[in-house]
Amino acid sequence: MQVEFRNIHKRFGSVHANKGINLTIPGGCIQGLLGENGAGKSTLMKVLSGFITSDEGEILLDGRAVTIPSPAGAIEQGIGMLHQDPLDFPPLRVLDNLLIGGRRGLIPDRRAALKALKEIETQFGFALDPDAYVDTLTVGERQQLELIRLLWLGARVLILDEPTTGISAPQKVKLFAALRKLAAEGRTIIFVTHKLEEVYQLCHRAAVLRAGALVAEIEPPYRTETFISAMFGYEIPTPPRQPPPTTAPLLELKRVTVEDARLQVGPIDLTVKAGEVIGLAGMEGSGQDLLLRLCAGLLRPTGGEIALGGRALHNATYHQFLRSRVKFMPADRMTEGLVAGLSLTEHFALNAEVHGFFINYKQAEQTAVERIAEYSIRGFPESPVESLSGGNQQRTLLALLSAPLHLLLLEHPTRGLDLESAVYIWKRLKERARADGTAILFISSDLDEVLQYSDRVLVFFAGKASAPLPAMQTSVEELGLLIGGVPLETVRATVEMRLPEEPSR
Amino acid sequence: MLKNARVVGLGARLIGIGLALAFVALILLATGAPPFQAISLLITGAFGSTRKIVDVIATAVPLLLATSGLLITFAAGLWNIGIEGQITLGAIFTVGALRLFVDSGAPPGVAILVGMVAGMIGGGLWAALAGLLKIYGGVNEIFSGLGLNFVATSATIWLIFGPWRRPGVGSMSGTEPLPPEFALPQLPDMRISAWAVVLSLLGVALVYILLRGTYIGLKLKATGRNARASFVLGIPTSRYTLVAFVLCGLLAGLAGAVQVTAVYNRLIPSISSGYGFLGLLVAMLINYQVIWAIPVALFYAALIVGSIQLPIQLRLDSSLAGVLQGALVLFVLIIDGVRQRLRERG
Repeated sequence: MQVEFRNIHKRFGSVHANKGINLTIPGGCIQGLLGENGAGKSTLMKVLSGFITSDEGEILLDGRAVTIPSPAGAIEQGIGMLHQDPLDFPPLRVLDNLLIGGRRGLIPDRRAALKALKEIETQFGFALDPDAYVDTLTVGERQQLELIRLLWLGARVLILDEPTTGISAPQKVKLFAALRKLAAEGRTIIFVTHKLEEVYQLCHRAAVLRAGALVAEIEPPYRTETFISAMFGYEIPTPPRQPPPTTAPLLELKRVTVEDARLQVGPIDLTVKAGEVIGLAGMEGSGQDLLLRLCAGLLRPTGGEIALGGRALHNATYHQFLRSRVKFMPADRMTEGLVAGLSLTEHFALNAEVHGFFINYKQAEQTAVERIAEYSIRGFPESPVESLSGGNQQRTLLALLSAPLHLLLLEHPTRGLDLESAVYIWKRLKERARADGTAILFISSDLDEVLQYSDRVLVFFAGKASAPLPAMQTSVEELGLLIGGVPLETVRATVEMRLPEEPSR
Repeated sequence: MLKNARVVGLGARLIGIGLALAFVALILLATGAPPFQAISLLITGAFGSTRKIVDVIATAVPLLLATSGLLITFAAGLWNIGIEGQITLGAIFTVGALRLFVDSGAPPGVAILVGMVAGMIGGGLWAALAGLLKIYGGVNEIFSGLGLNFVATSATIWLIFGPWRRPGVGSMSGTEPLPPEFALPQLPDMRISAWAVVLSLLGVALVYILLRGTYIGLKLKATGRNARASFVLGIPTSRYTLVAFVLCGLLAGLAGAVQVTAVYNRLIPSISSGYGFLGLLVAMLINYQVIWAIPVALFYAALIVGSIQLPIQLRLDSSLAGVLQGALVLFVLIIDGVRQRLRERG
């Protein structure tokens, strides 16, 4: 089935998440969809799968304009979405999960469902026990179940949102084979991913979104550079940089490993000097976020040692990290950073280092007024944080970090800020690093930002970190290749071959 | 603009109250009872004489204590359904402590004071149990609360039939009454204790100050609104969850102690009299704003007292008060929901 997006616009408050997207995907095609977090991929896919409705524009299936009011409406039109976290019912059995989606009749037809399950399984070489409880299955098996369910419901367009995170290599092979088979049958597959190699292996064509707009449609033969420049863009020239500090080591990681349900990270060896700024680059979910949370004390290492100023911290609680003057700024502002319903004044009161029993609201308001001016937050002391725009919430988060610190961990510190504010924020951060000796580790999907403000850069790929690269001796292009999973030696060889005359930065 | 929003909010609440009254009137019509007569009976039943007004105030005392405790747990984002059990345990601890003073020759004032404190400890411990189950066992406080309520009720029954049985009598009605001097002194010719009233007002005032002006209150609110962000900001959220439970338990326990020392003077099977659940309704109806607790608790108490006349005069069951109390919360919440819907769309 051919899927056509025409001029899709979607705004969330002040955020323009989809800016007039036009894209046609022919039937039988496996279409890759790439872009950094916040680029608008999920929004576009949610519009197609009926989770949200677009503000403007239309969707055409086989040339026919359709309205998709809900996920149930989407599956009626033949559109099914496989979510990154399977939307299944873990306490129920496999067969019940299948039946839940069934549309007809009061009494579910178990026999027919079982037959369909077996048929689809044989077709794709899956083997699920229909009586197994879903919470005993692996992520890969749950994904197979979802796929079976969608096919059983008659999906002719399948959306897969980063389906390979958290599944094993053989399961991935099986999944890809199934997808190729489905495409050959004329079904349309939209494959959302961060991993270029998967695009190379699987997709017939790829589209790249950046900042809500479709910036490139790419067909084979694929070149990594094309993708990287489309996804990250590098237009802003880098101003002169400062030399790295030559201070004593502050943070020491020795053979540290950490993991979550999807990914094992490490082992990582890293020594960070006081006042040093380390940029962590990589496709989202490559392990840099886990490392940052590990250094913040929000995750415990599964192995290795962490020391701050010579003090071992690998068994410390988050509050011990805080007392050691380590602070973390999350990317997800309203989930992890700010408390909706509380005002700016209340946030600054909570953030006060020393306090008595009663709140001195006069003083807290005074602090709020000062910080609002200092970080040019557009809001009032009594404004509830959720009423602020994203950029102003970001400034608030940064303003909450103003106590003296040894180590500062930042997830996307300037996301949502305009260039001028970003430059200002970084000026402040660099001052803290150089003057107070605060070491900074930060994640950013903006490679220019990473290069410009880091002393050294760690590039993550599938849970492995590169050796720390001095930012002076690398380039956006080199980082781009490393992010795409090209080994360092190959990168060096390629870049030198192609750009022999470029002066090292 | 803020003021405007407040007026609209009040208006919405009044609409909700109007709808609830209309709903109850419909039910009365359906049962063939005259709605206006019923409502006027409710009013005269509650405010018809000084004695009745005093009864209303006395009824509001435990309700206010329960409500103020619940305002703390609601602020921390907790559904402390276990408050009934906490009131009950407060009553049990109070009776237990007072029994120790029987024939001891200690001044009654000391006995009462110890009894009250014991009641608060009892309620606090019972609430702490729900808190610990939540923090360390991952048990939702609604489930543990329900369970602990049953345990508390069973404990009263066991005490009434077992260790604290009235000598020579096998009665469900309660334990042997405590010596009358162990009751809170009442005002002359009135069934009300000024001490109890002062205690309940003190409870409301303390909760108001706690939530408005202290760091504990602010941290409780932050934990309730976004526990994850609060944790990342450095608030020990588990500790504050426990603090909220214990503070609520202390007030609930005090409500139980008041039930013993100001009303029943012994342990009876349903000593909590449903004031805990009613407190939940009041807290929801006032949208968790402490200052409204007193008038609304008085209003609910008036419904309880006023409905006593219904069976006698109209042969209606006195549970009509409960219907009205429930309908009020339901309709006010519905109106709130509708408003939110409209705001999201607009």
